[in-house]
Amino acid sequence: MNKMRIISTIVENKPGVLYKVSNMFRARGFNIDSITVGTTEKTDLSRMTIVINADEPTLKQLVKQLAKLIDVVHVDVIDPQNAIYRELALIKLNAIETKSRLEIISYANVFDSKVVDVSTEHITVEITGTPEKIDAFIKIISPFGIKELARTGVTALTRG
Amino acid sequence: MSGAKALIKALKREKVEVIFGLPGGAIMRVYDELYDADIRHILVRHEQSAAHMADGYARVSRRAGVCMTTSGPGATNLVTGLATAYMDSSPIVAITGQVPTSMIGKDAFQETDIIGISTPITKYNMQPRDPSEIPLTVKKAFYIATTGRPGPVLIDLPKDVQDKTADMVFPDSVKIRGYNPDVQPDPSAIAKAADMLLSAERPMIMSGGGVIIANAFQELQAVAEFLQAPVVTTFKGKGSFPENHPLSLGPVGMHGHPEANKLITEADVLLAVASRFSDRSVGRFDDFIATGIKIIHADIDPSEIEKNLPVHIPIIGDVKVILTELLKVLIKKAIKKDRTKWLERVEEVKQQFRNRQDLGSKEITAPKILKKLRELLPIDTIVTTEVGQNQMWASLHFDVIKPGTFFSSTGLGTMGFGFPAAIGAKVACPNVPVVDIAGDGSFGMTANSLATSVLEKIPVIVVILNNSVLGMVAQWQRMFYNRRMIAVDLHNVPDMVKLAEAYGAQGIRVQSMDEFSKAVRLALKSDVTTVIDVPISPEENVFPFVVPGSALKDMVLA
Ligand SMILES: Cc1ncc(C[n+]2csc(CCOP(=O)(O)OP(=O)(O)O)c2C)c(N)n1
Repeated sequence: MNKMRIISTIVENKPGVLYKVSNMFRARGFNIDSITVGTTEKTDLSRMTIVINADEPTLKQLVKQLAKLIDVVHVDVIDPQNAIYRELALIKLNAIETKSRLEIISYANVFDSKVVDVSTEHITVEITGTPEKIDAFIKIISPFGIKELARTGVTALTRG
Repeated sequence: MSGAKALIKALKREKVEVIFGLPGGAIMRVYDELYDADIRHILVRHEQSAAHMADGYARVSRRAGVCMTTSGPGATNLVTGLATAYMDSSPIVAITGQVPTSMIGKDAFQETDIIGISTPITKYNMQPRDPSEIPLTVKKAFYIATTGRPGPVLIDLPKDVQDKTADMVFPDSVKIRGYNPDVQPDPSAIAKAADMLLSAERPMIMSGGGVIIANAFQELQAVAEFLQAPVVTTFKGKGSFPENHPLSLGPVGMHGHPEANKLITEADVLLAVASRFSDRSVGRFDDFIATGIKIIHADIDPSEIEKNLPVHIPIIGDVKVILTELLKVLIKKAIKKDRTKWLERVEEVKQQFRNRQDLGSKEITAPKILKKLRELLPIDTIVTTEVGQNQMWASLHFDVIKPGTFFSSTGLGTMGFGFPAAIGAKVACPNVPVVDIAGDGSFGMTANSLATSVLEKIPVIVVILNNSVLGMVAQWQRMFYNRRMIAVDLHNVPDMVKLAEAYGAQGIRVQSMDEFSKAVRLALKSDVTTVIDVPISPEENVFPFVVPGSALKDMVLA
């Protein structure tokens, strides 16, 4: 049984490390659903949050292969029950008529998202939350017609 | 001090005595510094061989072997050698020149992204961008290459980084946050393993290549003798246990002895030591587990545990330490099952298969050549092989008596490995004979190393089992492709004796078993490389063998 797994790694902040990590996945035939990278509280370390869909043995093997990479300083599997995990999406929607404009804005309010850009033809909203929340929002607003969509992939920290 | 000078100084500090390499524009500054350094340089004729020589040197000396090339084509020619060392966990440090930092990414002349290319086939790679980084880079390279599970490390040195000067600090040690090779085995896992082994009815040990790397021969033998457990070896582990020992069943798997393949499917507990459970060793994974065998897996690399097979008791750490501790616990507990029935069964199966071999006739066959070779060579002789039938015949018929004297490309299966590796081994161990068991196809791939062998006075012996075909492929065509023989006939070209002579080596062709014995005796006395060309039938097959993708029990006997 496959399910969403969040792996959080601390890696050396230097050129080529993202390549080494992502290439390990490719070379061993694992698929990455999303990967985010950014700096941490220490300037010489970065955090990579990797989301995959895998069964338990695959997850275990992956964690060991990641830990084996010399530029990977630490690997954790994050339990979604016990973590804060968020994704950001920017969604540009077709919105020429006033009626749809108002509807989009009200849906955005319900989902706690923000309108960040408006033009004569489009409205762009920004939403953060769990991937499930973003999926739900996209489902609701897709009838308006999605012009462009960008999702960041998940980033996460354990609670406490 | 210039980066190039710092590099040489750092190599000296790592006690490097020899570098295998071939120069070019992007590494000339380093070569110029080497001119004054007290380090032997061995010039190769193709960079692939430089890597294999460093690898052979490393396998024998258990120290890192060093090879050096220019950028671009020099670097890419190393790739096969790096991948070979990576798959067989051999420590080499490769140094490549690179175009100046200002030209990187501009598709400059002889630029190649060797860092990108070598990432999946090295344990680590580095490209210092400032000369002051060089001492630490070198220290890290040797530390990473030789500790934990060893492997190749590549240092890519841009030309300007070699040229420019900086204040240098040479560290005595290094710590890397993401790398902790000194894992102490968990005593409770060892205790559990001891219990499982002591209560086993039919225990067996499978010894892998890591036993050779860890130099854990005595410890392995002591555990086997205490348990009275028969020992099979993986192909990489061949010769980690003396093959004339009463408990030895020899290699298991595709290149394995039939008795080993048969008996492993009857064992109830398997102690696998430093083996990565290659498909070549245990056949199809599902079938292997289906026998109900309980597996204890000891290895230094946690990622090997349960990579291919489920394991009952994992023990992570240096296998020399693990076996030492395990023996202590076993001796303390000391209540073991009566193994008489199991050992009788082992003897029965052994006799059943060993009596099958008929070596009576006068005609030359590969098995006879290898058995004769064993008789003629001193037991401390270091043997390498090429890839193909020659390799499988060596596995089956050449018994390694002194542990750690047999080396082959078992992971990547690299044709052309054996000869340069033999040269590297001879450099590490100049006082023992070194022999490459070869096929004509494989030998052809790196035969230009004859120049190095002759000019650098590194005499080795090459025994070519010359079937004038790509034998292993031909065997498959005969067995599985309805004799549609395409792209296997080598037409007996070149004439190997003349080829050897053209390089200033000694070439001998033998037509009988007697001539073969004479030739080997002559070669052992010779101070020049000797190529013994042994014509054999192009139709000769290797048996038994396990067809890739099938189970051990389905081995093909004849
Ligand atoms: C570099 C490389 N290319 C191709 C192969 C595939 N291959 C495996 S065995 C073999 C034939 C080897 O022929 P030879 O060296 O003459 O040995 P023989 O099998 O005849 O003993 C080939 C082509 C390989 N292992 N390595």
